[in-house]
Amino acid sequence: MKILTTLEKLKKFGKKLTNEAKIGKNPNIDIPVRSLANVVFDKKAGMVKMGNAVGKRYLFNVAHIRKFVQTLEVATTAKELLRVNKHLNLREVYYRVKRTLPGTDINIVDEQTETNKAIEDLELITGVPREQLHINADKEGVAAGKVVILDKGDTINWSKLGSGGWSVPSNVENIKFKDVDAKFIIYLEKMATWERLHEDRIWEKLNCIIIASRGQSTRGIRRLLQRLSTEHNLPIYVLVDGDPWGIYIYSVLKYGSISLAHMAETLVIPKAKYLGLSADDIEKYGLKKNIIKFKDVDIKRLKQMQEYDWFKDDKAWQRQFKKWKDIGGKVELAALTSRGISFISDTYIPEKIKKKDWLE
Amino acid sequence: MAIKTAEQMAGEQREISVAEFFEKNRHLLGFDNPMKALLITVKEMVDNSLDACQEAGIMPEIKVKLKIINEDRIKISVEDNGPGIMKEQMPRIFGKLLYGSKFYKMQQSRGQQGIGVSAALLYSQLTTGKATLVRSRTAANKPVHEMTIRIDTMKNEPIILNNITYDKTFNDHGTYIEMEIEGKYRKGDRSVDEYMKETAISNPFAKFTYYVDSEKIIYPRLIDKLPIEAKSIKPHPYGVELGIFERMAKNTKAKSVLSFITNDFCRVGSGTAKAVLKMAKVSPNNKPNHLDHQEIEKILKGLQKSKIMNPPTNCLSPIGEQVLEKAVQKDLKTEFQAAITRPPSVYRGMPFLIEVCIGYGGELNPKGTAQIMRFANRVPLLYQASSCAVTKAVQSIAWGQYHVEHQGNNPTGPLVIAVHMASVWIPYTSESKEALEPYPEISKEIRLAIQDCARKLKSYLAGKKRRQLDAKRKGLFEKYLPTVADALADLSEENNAMILKSLEVIVKKEKIEGEDIDDAGEAEEIREETNE
Repeated sequence: MKILTTLEKLKKFGKKLTNEAKIGKNPNIDIPVRSLANVVFDKKAGMVKMGNAVGKRYLFNVAHIRKFVQTLEVATTAKELLRVNKHLNLREVYYRVKRTLPGTDINIVDEQTETNKAIEDLELITGVPREQLHINADKEGVAAGKVVILDKGDTINWSKLGSGGWSVPSNVENIKFKDVDAKFIIYLEKMATWERLHEDRIWEKLNCIIIASRGQSTRGIRRLLQRLSTEHNLPIYVLVDGDPWGIYIYSVLKYGSISLAHMAETLVIPKAKYLGLSADDIEKYGLKKNIIKFKDVDIKRLKQMQEYDWFKDDKAWQRQFKKWKDIGGKVELAALTSRGISFISDTYIPEKIKKKDWLE
Repeated sequence: MAIKTAEQMAGEQREISVAEFFEKNRHLLGFDNPMKALLITVKEMVDNSLDACQEAGIMPEIKVKLKIINEDRIKISVEDNGPGIMKEQMPRIFGKLLYGSKFYKMQQSRGQQGIGVSAALLYSQLTTGKATLVRSRTAANKPVHEMTIRIDTMKNEPIILNNITYDKTFNDHGTYIEMEIEGKYRKGDRSVDEYMKETAISNPFAKFTYYVDSEKIIYPRLIDKLPIEAKSIKPHPYGVELGIFERMAKNTKAKSVLSFITNDFCRVGSGTAKAVLKMAKVSPNNKPNHLDHQEIEKILKGLQKSKIMNPPTNCLSPIGEQVLEKAVQKDLKTEFQAAITRPPSVYRGMPFLIEVCIGYGGELNPKGTAQIMRFANRVPLLYQASSCAVTKAVQSIAWGQYHVEHQGNNPTGPLVIAVHMASVWIPYTSESKEALEPYPEISKEIRLAIQDCARKLKSYLAGKKRRQLDAKRKGLFEKYLPTVADALADLSEENNAMILKSLEVIVKKEKIEGEDIDDAGEAEEIREETNE
């Protein structure tokens, strides 16, 4: 029944535009504005939420038509997927939509970011999350720990999957947690660090779950982390490099992002804690020699974050930003290897957690 | 060396004739280099022809021929269908400097001081040693008179070398002049070619045939009506200088001072006159030629301080907005032109009016600085552009406001700005009559006129841009339509052809609702580093 409902929503969307065309009106779509100007930080809920500003997108408007058509194309692709009951990932949708308008040299899309945006628009227009439109993100995650789950009828034990761990699918909505034996979760931005911790069997030693993605976490991973955290009341330690981008990964996990503000409720993890390298750790762990000088973009990003509503009044974070600025460079987690092969697992993580040496 | 006595010195001092003065100071009249000398010579001859035709109510047909003899020798001939010249007048007009009918007249005319054509003749004589040939006839039933004339520079008197009457084929009436000068023919901004082109624009009622050796350009007549005759007016006290006022007092026919200042000047009523005379302590019944210098000065000052009505302005003959636009369009092949004739105004007691025509696009040069054409009483001004009131006014305008490209203060692009000043007295910056003096009243009028045309140009350019954009926009929409129709048909499960037809109808509409909304509704989205 659910599939039919989504199909109906897409049909309704098409009907509205067709009717406008029939009566000679310029077909248009209302789309909530997804920009910094139209997000508000809900202090109480601790998350970035969408404001009320709505933009109109017209078919017959030179500045709009390209995006308008991209949205239509993504919608027909979703409809097709629903009809045949198959899934495509973002990259595949891009190729499905990408073509040249007949008899012209105009491409419907040039880059994947365009279809990605169009898909987000379609989510807002129909109120249906991407996953239910049968569009998935690329699979980019791995987990290990004393957790037993049920996935499409298979029972999987995350502690018995050898050196590879459990590969997180793009849609975790239908996964059931059967048994979770952990005190906390460590989230990593790099697969290499995950492999380090997995080899050291840190999840066994500290009784935790380790999950990693690549760079900015995908929606599937965020959803997985949120479910584990809320359904099993687990704190999440975000272990990232000491640089603006690492801090931003933490920020998105904890407070949400601007482009996904409309889905904040299902993605935000209020229990996230920053366990990455802090500006104070450089001295504490003798990493001075391993500082990599900031580029202009790094400094710009740092300044932007300093102004975010959720960091603005936080003294501890403001102190960090200032200190990073003074240091003028970043430090990678991998640099801890200079102190010993398993220094991160044996000393850094346990010590920090024990001393509550994290930022929130 | 013996010391001279006053008597001996007095014996050596003698009156220098105007002709002799000119011989030594020819640059004062503009004959300073061979290219300019050629231009001035042609200009004086053509101006005379046009004035004569206009005065006689004849539609002018003028032939100008340049024959290049060698690098710095040119034979010039100008032939018109004017009223012709009486036999007795011929030597005086051509062979005597400062002879003419215009000198004391306050009237809008091309030449103003009568020094023109005889100066050219003298220049020819000085540089080539040759005499000037003049041929003229006043009516079909009259003979053709032909003479060759020189000037006796000491006496400023004509010398007639050859004087014949013959009945060779010649116009029923008209004049033909031929002279040889030291001159150089060049093309470009300040050439005879340019002068002819511009003269055709400011005199669209005339037909010009212009030859350079065997090459021929015809400027056809664009309108079949002569301009309204410009009436002459009496001087206005505000614009009279003391010397002239004094001379007028000596030469007037008036019997009393009161009648002199009320009759020989315009707009001076007897009330004003009496008050001024009272202040100057001069009896109204005094004979004007008995006034002493101090009295004259007091009267003039008194007049200039009194409130006197502005001079009448019906003495001005504008080219006219429509005529100017037509001339610019036909002669320059512009795609757009806008002209304005400003209402008459007054500077220093002299009535004047300004006309401007701005032409755009078409065959105008799209690159470089815009062309400025300056006209004074229909005569093109080609030299001393930078010190001219017109150039200054053009440069004082913020062209960006009118969507006209510019470099610094100078407008650029396919643009021509033609400015005409008509006045009973044109205030030139020098005797060679090449630039207008930027009196505040004149500069203001020029500015207002240019701005008026520039506003029209702006709306034309905006319309043009909009039309281009519209076409582009519609073209873009049409390219997308089949794809849009496919997608909509798929989503709504309705008929594809019907949807396409509806969309095509909307595109064809003049204005599409919501079309002009810019991208503001879609604020720039912040790009986030994301793997999604």
